Formats: sequence, structure tokens, C-alpha cells
Amino acid sequence: MAIIKRWRALIILSLLLIGLVAINPERGQTAVSLTLGSAKDMFLLLPPILVLVGLIDQWIDKSLLIKYMGDDAKFTGVLVALLLGGLAAGPMYIAFPIAITLLKKGANIRYIVFFLGVWTTAKLPIVLFEVSAFGWKYTLIHVLVGLFFFYFVGVFFEKHFDRETLLKEDITNLAE
Amino acid sequence: MQSMILYSVIVILTSISWLNDRKKTKKAIIKAKNMLIKLAPELLAILLFVGLSLAVLTPDVISSFIGEQSGLIGVVLASIVGSFAMLPSFVVFPLASTLVENGAGLVQVSALIATLVSVGFASLPMERRIFGKEFTYLRNLSAVVMAFVFAFVIWVVLPWL
Repeated sequence: MAIIKRWRALIILSLLLIGLVAINPERGQTAVSLTLGSAKDMFLLLPPILVLVGLIDQWIDKSLLIKYMGDDAKFTGVLVALLLGGLAAGPMYIAFPIAITLLKKGANIRYIVFFLGVWTTAKLPIVLFEVSAFGWKYTLIHVLVGLFFFYFVGVFFEKHFDRETLLKEDITNLAE
Repeated sequence: MQSMILYSVIVILTSISWLNDRKKTKKAIIKAKNMLIKLAPELLAILLFVGLSLAVLTPDVISSFIGEQSGLIGVVLASIVGSFAMLPSFVVFPLASTLVENGAGLVQVSALIATLVSVGFASLPMERRIFGKEFTYLRNLSAVVMAFVFAFVIWVVLPWL
């Protein structure tokens, strides 16, 4: 049962894809080739990022992370989150394993939520795309709204969540 | 190019780590492998979702229901589409400018952009697996709220853009 549950989303989506191919073979074919294309991107990006997460897990000392992103980090926490999220590459889901490892190492929830916000709205490579598509004024508004908003979401999350409950499952261990 | 830099950095870091402590390095790589295995079903689901959304949501389809006159309903529709679809971020902005050229409103497109990049219906299973249910739903919900705030700000400043 648990196995079916884990693969549920994948099974439903595969059925949808088969349905699409049956109804509209042309669109279906597009979907298949797009899926394969993004699979290539994912398997190019993800393994090195996960190795990086593994290395962070082994080498970065808890006290170091607490100093830069911990409860009393204040401005440094914001700065580190900005740097990590802003220089990032890749889709949002790649940020999740990084975020949870930083949290495990003692980072404050506020900076983790802010880091995820920076990753989604203000990573540099994407900001450049945005400027060329909509101009710098629009981009500036987007980035500023995003940064302020997600910082305050972080403040709220810090009050609302207990770090221990968030860390319940260790995704770096296979045994459950 | 991006992945070349990424791989070079990782190879250098791993080598430094290996020279300093083989045991730790081995452990780091095992952990990376574990994460990949553990998240595999969720990751594969994301891939299928990306393919499906790109194939179904062509610019014509989207601009047809978030035109300049669609108002708040258009913003709501744009956020729903943006939350469900999942597109690589380098596709998001070229697509968005095509939408505006095809007659979609900039306010509505802004809501679409904001939800596309930070709300992930497709990555919900993966996010839940890592952070738990409550965190995941609240974070995605807050990102939807952010999309509305952003669309509102763009609506206010539109005459000056």
C-alpha cells in the first residue's frame, strides 16, 4: 500500500500522458519529448547539487552555520540567504534538499524561508531573463516585492514552526 | 555552460574533501545517492508534469483567458494556471512576454509569473516529503498571496511602466 502511495502521483501523470497521446497524438508527442528534455536537465543538475548537500552535511560545522544563519545571525543571515539563493541555478525543487540540510545544521527557519523566496524570485540568471523581457523597472518591483514579502513570511514561519518537527524525517538516510 | 561550472566546482570540492578525509567523503556521496533514490518517484512526477504543462498550455491557450479586460478573475485564473503548471524558469519569461504580445494583460501575466516560479503543485509531493505537510501547504499558500500582492502592485504602477 505504501509503495502504491509513493508512486501514486507518477502513475496518475503517466495515465494522463497516455490519455493525451490517445486523444491528440501530436500534443502527446510534444509532451513526451518535453519530458525527456527536462529529464536531461534534471539528471545533469541534480546529482552534483546532491553531492554538494552531502558534503555540506559532512563538513560544515554546526557552530559555523549557527553563527551565520542561526537565531542571532540577524543581518548576516539575510545576507547569506541572499547570496545562496541569488547565485543559485535551477528550479525550485533543487533548493529543498539544500534548505533542509541548512536547517538541520542550525540555520534559523526565518532565513531558510527567505532563502527559498530568494531562490524563486531573485536568482541572478533568471533576473537577467526578466530584465530583457520586461525591463528593469518591472524586474526591480518583482524582486523587491518578493524579498520583502518572503522575509516577513519567514518571520511568521519562525514563530509558527518548531524546527524539530520540520526535521522529523532525514532524507539523507534510506532507513525509515 | 552552467552545468560545466557546477560540475567543475563539485569535482574540485569533492577532491579536496577526498584528500582530507576519505571516510567523510564516502559518507557524503552515499548520502547524495540516498537522497536521489528516496526522492526518485517525486522527481519523475515533476518531469512528467513539466512535459504535460508545456504541451497543453500553449501561449494561445493561456492568453485566451487572461486578456487585458479579464480583471480580477483573470488574476485568479492566472494564479491557478501558474500554480498547477511547472515550467523551467528560463522558459517562464520568454513565454510571459509572448503572452503579453498575444493580448494577455500585464497584471494577469504578473500573477502567472509569480505563481509559476514559486508555487509548485507538481513539486508538492517532494516538498511534503522533505518539510512535512503543514510547512509545504503554508509556504505554497504564502507564495499565492505574494502573487496577488505583486499583481496588485503592478496594477497600481502600470501607468508608469
